[in-house]
Amino acid sequence: MRREGSPWQGLGTVFTKELADHLSSVRMLVLELLIFVIAGVVVYLAIDNIRETTAEDPFVLLKLFTSGGASSVLSLLFILGFVVPLMAIALGFDAINSEHNRRTMSRILSQPIYRDALLAGKFLAGLATLAVCLLCLWLLVVGQGIILLGVPPSGEEVGRSLAFLLITLAYAGTWLALAILLSIVSRSAATAVLVALGIWLFLTLLWPILAHGLATIVSPPDPRYALIGSADPATVGWEQMLRSISPNELFNGAAISLLAPETRQVSQILDLNQWRGAVLGAPLPFSESLAIAGPQAVALIAGVIVLFVAGYVVFQRQEVRA
Amino acid sequence: MNAPPVIAARGLAKRYGKATVVDAVDFDVAKGEIFGLLGPNGAGKTTTILMMLGLTEVSAGTISVLDHDPVRDPLAVKRRVGYLPDQVGFYDNLTAFDNLMYSARLMGIASRERAPRIKEALARVRLADVAEKRVATFSRGMRQRLGLAEIVMKRAEIAILDEPTSGLDPQATVEFLDMIEELKRAGVTVLLSSHLLDQVQRVCDRVALFQRGRIVLIGTVAELARQVLGAGFVVEVEADAASDLDARFGAIAGVSSVERVGADRYRLTADRDVRPEAARAVVAANGALRRLSVDDPSLGAIYTRFFEKQAGSEEGARDAA
Repeated sequence: MRREGSPWQGLGTVFTKELADHLSSVRMLVLELLIFVIAGVVVYLAIDNIRETTAEDPFVLLKLFTSGGASSVLSLLFILGFVVPLMAIALGFDAINSEHNRRTMSRILSQPIYRDALLAGKFLAGLATLAVCLLCLWLLVVGQGIILLGVPPSGEEVGRSLAFLLITLAYAGTWLALAILLSIVSRSAATAVLVALGIWLFLTLLWPILAHGLATIVSPPDPRYALIGSADPATVGWEQMLRSISPNELFNGAAISLLAPETRQVSQILDLNQWRGAVLGAPLPFSESLAIAGPQAVALIAGVIVLFVAGYVVFQRQEVRA
Repeated sequence: MNAPPVIAARGLAKRYGKATVVDAVDFDVAKGEIFGLLGPNGAGKTTTILMMLGLTEVSAGTISVLDHDPVRDPLAVKRRVGYLPDQVGFYDNLTAFDNLMYSARLMGIASRERAPRIKEALARVRLADVAEKRVATFSRGMRQRLGLAEIVMKRAEIAILDEPTSGLDPQATVEFLDMIEELKRAGVTVLLSSHLLDQVQRVCDRVALFQRGRIVLIGTVAELARQVLGAGFVVEVEADAASDLDARFGAIAGVSSVERVGADRYRLTADRDVRPEAARAVVAANGALRRLSVDDPSLGAIYTRFFEKQAGSEEGARDAA
């Protein structure tokens, strides 16, 4: 049986209202502060490092994103990998259950809109808020870089860092979709946020270690490789595959290949075709870097879609009554 | 009821797994009337309402609201029907005006019309002076009135109110019931769900009594009284008399039955108020009249008697078994 009327009716209204709520909320204030601090600290740390170690680099601006301080690993890339999920969870964990708890759900749904519009509007508003935050961060970093380094960015640098921005947004979208899914499943916002943080901790901290262990169980390394002092490619392959379940891993992989043009491969699997005719350490053209980042980017976007659809299905079947 | 009904349910049912919440319900609501859904909590009133709005799926049967099928075309139904949920909530951080503005946008009201219609609706429910206050500061009664303002602003043809007066103080309740009657005067069909009998009796033209997912009684209050109480009036007499009073009471015109409920207490069922005649009968028999009271055909009495009767018949059935 087909339903009549457009599922998008009211989408714009929900989007505008949710965006306004986000932008005027205390959460947003905290996020803004966080962004200023991150941008300031990271550029401060990276600039020294870049000045000392880099004599001549055609991609000196991109170094700002990947270079940590002389003594630490606190690169912008690393910090974003950590902070972006937290930002996304903060914006999404109470998207749906707060409507139930405020008893506004049945009143809003008795207006001539479908549930599709409510859910999609909330998701897009969260995503737009994250996009605004990330764009601010990007502008702050690039702007400071131009002032402090005194080198105007090349077109390719801008292109690569914008592509990085989009990848970061897809990464944020994955966590936002997860947070909204949890806000649908759990009527309590506190439970939703705890579960989301649990998943985040597991995937960023524990999963890489677990993946290594699992890989050696699934495909025990051949001792002959150990003799020549290298890892068994089969085991490494398994490990890479398991690790890429974590969005954090996908994000890092895609980002590195965009921000460090000499990156030949994201995984450690040796693909000789990639190496053919290449001068080791020479930067790849932008299009090739994009091709290398492609699979990870697609996997991230697929993650957003799968999680959003899961939330959509659960939401459609949910009873309106509290 | 010559005009076609605005709401028509036929064999409407809702099941969750094996539990049947609404069981093959039939009813019609005519245009312009106030129809009461009555029954204890959990009898299926709210589920019936949600099915009318297409907010929950229908397990069996059909329902038509203003000639639309809420299952297939919920947007058309929701465009013309206003709904005030049980314990309505608003966005506490927004003002009353902004809350209604959001609803107005969702309703698709043209941008030029929004502000005047919101102001008009707020004035109708006497909230105009707090329009710019945040809803967080509102009392329960004010929130209910704001919910009603939303329906007024929508210019809904049917207003569905779910337990609108539960939790309100007596003053706020009276005001709210007045507003419901105002809606009726404006030509709006009102569907009111409640378990507060005297309020339902005060405003409703017809009522449907729900019990365990079924409509067990439906009609005007007078009709229900005839069905359940047998006749309109029940007079209770408490009197001492040497001679037997049963026959004297039975002889009074209009009395259909005399029941002896105690040593010196009688219950008379009649189609009119027979207190003067009953008093005269006691005096004529040289008796001492101690108490004389009449039960109005109140919904409360109907309700109580109905469930008493039912409990009695169930006991009877158990005894027979």
